[in-house]
Amino acid sequence: MKGKAPEESSLLALNQQEEVVDLLKDYPLSASEDEEDNDGERKHQKLLETIGRLDGKNRQRLAERSEASLQVSEFSVSTEGTGEKLELAELLAPIKPSSSLGTVKKRLKKVKNKKTVELPLSKEENERIHREAAYNKTSQDMDKWDPVVLKNRRAAQLVFPLEQEQVLDAPIEEVLGAWKARTPLEQEIFNLLHKNKQPLTDPLLTPVEKASLKAMSLEEAKQRRAELQKARALQSYYEAKARRQKKIKSKKFHKVLKKRKAKEVLKQFEKLQKVNPTAALEELEKMEKARMEERMSLKHQNSGKWAKSKAIMAKYDLEARKAMQEQLTKNKELTQKLQVPSDSEHDEDAEEDSTLIPDIVNEVQMSIDGPNPWMQKNRGINTQASHIQKKPVAGEESEPEEEEKAGAEEDALLQEVEERRSLWKGSEVNQGSQKQGLRTKAPKRTEEDKEVLAELRTLSKHINKKAKKVRQVGKQHVSPAPAAPKEPSVQREEQSLLDERPERVQTMEDIESLGMEEVSQEQKQLRPGAERRRQRRQQHNHPEQRSPPKVKQEPMIDLHTIITVKTHKANSSLSFPTIVDEEDCDEEVTQKQIIKEAFAGDDVIADFQKEKCEADKASKPKDIDLSLPGWGQWGGPGLVISARKRRRFLIKAPKATPRKDKCLPNVVISEKRNIQAAAHQVNVLPFPFTHQYQFEETIKTPVGTTWNTQRAFQKLTAPRVVTKPGHIIEPIKEKDVESSSSHLGPPTLQRKAQQHAHHRRRRLKKAP
Amino acid sequence: MKVKMLSRNPDHYVRETKLDLQRVPRNYDPALHPFEVPREYTRALNAVKLERVFAKPFLTSLDGHRDGVNCMAKHPKSLSTVLSGACDGEVRIWNLTKRECIRTLQAHEGFVRGMCAHFCGTSFFTVGDDKTVKQWKMDGPEYGEEEEPLHTILGKTVYTGIDHHWKKDIFATCGQQVDIWDEQRTSPICSMTWGLDSISSVKFNPIETNILGSCASDRNIVLYDMRQATPLKKVILDMRTNTLCWNPMEAFIFTAANEDYNLYTFDMRSLDEPVKVHVDHVSAVLDVDYSPTGKEFVSASFDKSIRIFPIDRIHSREVYHTKRMQHVISVKWTSDSKYILCGSDEMNIRLWKANASEKLGVLTSREKAALNYNQKLKEKFKYHPQISRIARHRHLPKTIYSQIKEQRIMKEARQRKEMNRIKHSKPGSIPFVPEKKKHIVAVVK
Repeated sequence: MKGKAPEESSLLALNQQEEVVDLLKDYPLSASEDEEDNDGERKHQKLLETIGRLDGKNRQRLAERSEASLQVSEFSVSTEGTGEKLELAELLAPIKPSSSLGTVKKRLKKVKNKKTVELPLSKEENERIHREAAYNKTSQDMDKWDPVVLKNRRAAQLVFPLEQEQVLDAPIEEVLGAWKARTPLEQEIFNLLHKNKQPLTDPLLTPVEKASLKAMSLEEAKQRRAELQKARALQSYYEAKARRQKKIKSKKFHKVLKKRKAKEVLKQFEKLQKVNPTAALEELEKMEKARMEERMSLKHQNSGKWAKSKAIMAKYDLEARKAMQEQLTKNKELTQKLQVPSDSEHDEDAEEDSTLIPDIVNEVQMSIDGPNPWMQKNRGINTQASHIQKKPVAGEESEPEEEEKAGAEEDALLQEVEERRSLWKGSEVNQGSQKQGLRTKAPKRTEEDKEVLAELRTLSKHINKKAKKVRQVGKQHVSPAPAAPKEPSVQREEQSLLDERPERVQTMEDIESLGMEEVSQEQKQLRPGAERRRQRRQQHNHPEQRSPPKVKQEPMIDLHTIITVKTHKANSSLSFPTIVDEEDCDEEVTQKQIIKEAFAGDDVIADFQKEKCEADKASKPKDIDLSLPGWGQWGGPGLVISARKRRRFLIKAPKATPRKDKCLPNVVISEKRNIQAAAHQVNVLPFPFTHQYQFEETIKTPVGTTWNTQRAFQKLTAPRVVTKPGHIIEPIKEKDVESSSSHLGPPTLQRKAQQHAHHRRRRLKKAP
Repeated sequence: MKVKMLSRNPDHYVRETKLDLQRVPRNYDPALHPFEVPREYTRALNAVKLERVFAKPFLTSLDGHRDGVNCMAKHPKSLSTVLSGACDGEVRIWNLTKRECIRTLQAHEGFVRGMCAHFCGTSFFTVGDDKTVKQWKMDGPEYGEEEEPLHTILGKTVYTGIDHHWKKDIFATCGQQVDIWDEQRTSPICSMTWGLDSISSVKFNPIETNILGSCASDRNIVLYDMRQATPLKKVILDMRTNTLCWNPMEAFIFTAANEDYNLYTFDMRSLDEPVKVHVDHVSAVLDVDYSPTGKEFVSASFDKSIRIFPIDRIHSREVYHTKRMQHVISVKWTSDSKYILCGSDEMNIRLWKANASEKLGVLTSREKAALNYNQKLKEKFKYHPQISRIARHRHLPKTIYSQIKEQRIMKEARQRKEMNRIKHSKPGSIPFVPEKKKHIVAVVK
């Protein structure tokens, strides 16, 4: 290395020379010098400026232009040395205004007016803005959950899973869709099913079933169902009615029923005659045979043992008499020769039929003797019927209606009705036709109606007067009848009935005779409830009419009695407990006495009083006596502290608050703090409560079944969160937001509706 | 003599069928049933005592792993199936009703860092230390078939966590960045970063399914939106957050398990202050999971205990621990909200009741009514000292107990110092910072 050293040094020298040459080559003008020059110039300039400023005046700065070539660098355009920006206008100024360049100028001006575009933001800032925008957006999105969350937090009870999955009742065909017949047995079964066109997979119904479905429309089916329902209801009504009738014990009722049935049979027989004469003949023969049998036998002839015994009793016993009468009538009925009635004679026949029963006899008896409840009832109905007759309908039109109403009644009763009607008719005719018109017009209880009633009353009075005379005569005729209720009397009754027939002649005698009957009836009357009510109503309607006939006053009195009874009852019921109390009091008194006797020695009550008094005293704060004997005066045995001094040194206790048991006689309430209880008591008001009483209230209200009904208990103890074991609880869904935001109703309801819709859709899909 | 007869309507006392309950007429006149408060108080006292008597939350431990259980996953469709991944790369599938392992597979070399199930329950994903993401069938391989993943994705960096979208075939992994993957592709759809850091966990929001939350080791929690492919906001806490969990019933609420022994419940819309700070743990909180009812969450801690917090409470309502349970690394609340699973360092998975004194099995209606009544009574009298004392009482291991004491002393000292500082300085010069805000370092937009 040392040997080479001189060479190296020479090399170094050479290098240095070369460097210098290089430098000269690279920088033809030495940059450092140039810069120095430049600096100098700048300094000079600055100096000039500062000197200029010292002047105080604002001198116009002269723009100096320097050669650009020197300052051009390859990196950027430097404006060093120039005091001003280069303006576009300056560049444009030298251009001569020519047509070709005008447009260019304008454009350039426009460009000049536009602002420069700002620099693009740095990447970080850009990202940050993006993030902020995104965050704002998502957090705004989240706001939609607020109501749901709030609702769930406040909910008294939450049941999880929120979305109750419903059990889909998929048809078996769907479940077994993938299943295929493999074994020969299965295949055979399937073959059979195919042959019978049984539904295998999709269609649930067989072709036959489908056809039947098509055959009957829904409306038809509904109609038919309604019809069936109606029929069934009717059937049940009839059954009930039949059962009721069967239960009725009244002989009379059954008699009448039997009669009616016989009549119906007769009617049918008539029909049969027209339709099927041979069958009718057979029937006829049967009837004839029955008649013959009756005639042959001595049945119903009042000749048997029983009848004889009755005959003996008949003198004294009304019942016996009646029974005998019945026997006779039955006999007559059965021995009556059957006549095939013609259409024209029908009415008369019917009347004849009815005349078979000698009920006139009965009637007379009734009028004489005491009331029979069953008969009374009928009578009541009759009178009712007559009243009804009074009201709306006039003349012939009323007849069928009347018959309908009395349809359930007996024919004999029908006859009575007939009589009444005739009576009314007579009176109507007497009164004139204008009232008829009124009646037809007024079907309801109106003012007109009232008038009519009043008129009728006066009319009946009138008739009564006339009837009295006839009655005296009639009595003579009637009086022997009950004594000898035998064939001749019956005949007479028949006659009398026949007498009533020509009422339409409207002679005065007829009216009189009828009036007599009416009076006799009214006199004996004690009307049943319905009638009474009617009358009461009437009286309410006519408070001004203080002169009703005597007969009608009677029920009014009855009414009063009823009311008094009622009130009496009510009073008694009200007074009942007081009476009991008195009894109890008596008992108590005796018991007290017993107790007193038993505990004669120890007076418990007085002891208690004493105890309470002591407790009261003990709880009261006491005065403190600070006076010292011998302080400030002589002391010793026998010396008493002066009253003045004692007063001076006495510290009076503050007044005690009233004790809690002050008003409770049998209790001592200790107001001392119980340390053992204090360990269980809350001594600081817990957080959510703001007042003591709020907290106390919550503690006071009991929860258990001992104090609450089962329902209330369940409600009170309902847990806040209910979960079903074995059910996966999914996170809340978007659906829940929608349901809660649209205020259609509780989400559960909506969900149900949705499920329903879903279900329907499935069905629809499956249908084709 | 007048005889008074009692006559009653048989409808009031005759049963329609013999299976009906006997009608018991009862007079609810309060005068007839006095002392309602003392009587109910006694019942409440008995109820609360019985609750403590029956509080036996531990059901079983599932053992079989040969290393610490690092992660767990719930089966989305089956309540009785649970998956767990261990630190030796082994994945096990357990049947909870039989309490046994039904399948074992060696998924990775090294840790199984994270796992999640597909939302329809047909497959599951695991990520491991070997830089792979693997998709597995949920059902075991048929006879003669080899245990192989359905798909394997080889990555460039280690993935530390994975979570699956709740509705779509998309999953997200985290590591150096948050990647969002389509199941059909081998490269991520998009990857989102915000600074260079290792992200420890990523979670999809179960309700607003496009939103993700992640926590990184530089102490921050970052929220992302998948639709806009950007991060949304970042909040930096005092210490590192280990995991976070979204509330399944409240879309904007999530809870973060932090290294500073606390859990923070945040409202996504206002990150500058947590809604609640949940204290009680005495060591780092490693995992957190919400109850599916969204009313409570469970946290697993390094202090060898798990705690159950109501979401609106600072303190826990329950603490579970056993002598043998070591640092609890992962915890899950089952989807029927009845049980809690925790996987710990000492290779066991433990099954707990979520409600310690709950009676398991079918209850008769009378039992239910009685339980409800007792619950109501406890609630009613919870402010009474005796009852609250019994209800609060828990046994703690000595270490935790002493640590709690220590923590309390430290906290008091800190508070005292702060108070003194405020007292002895110019008024207003030291601002009062509420406890909630103390742990938030910054919110970055």
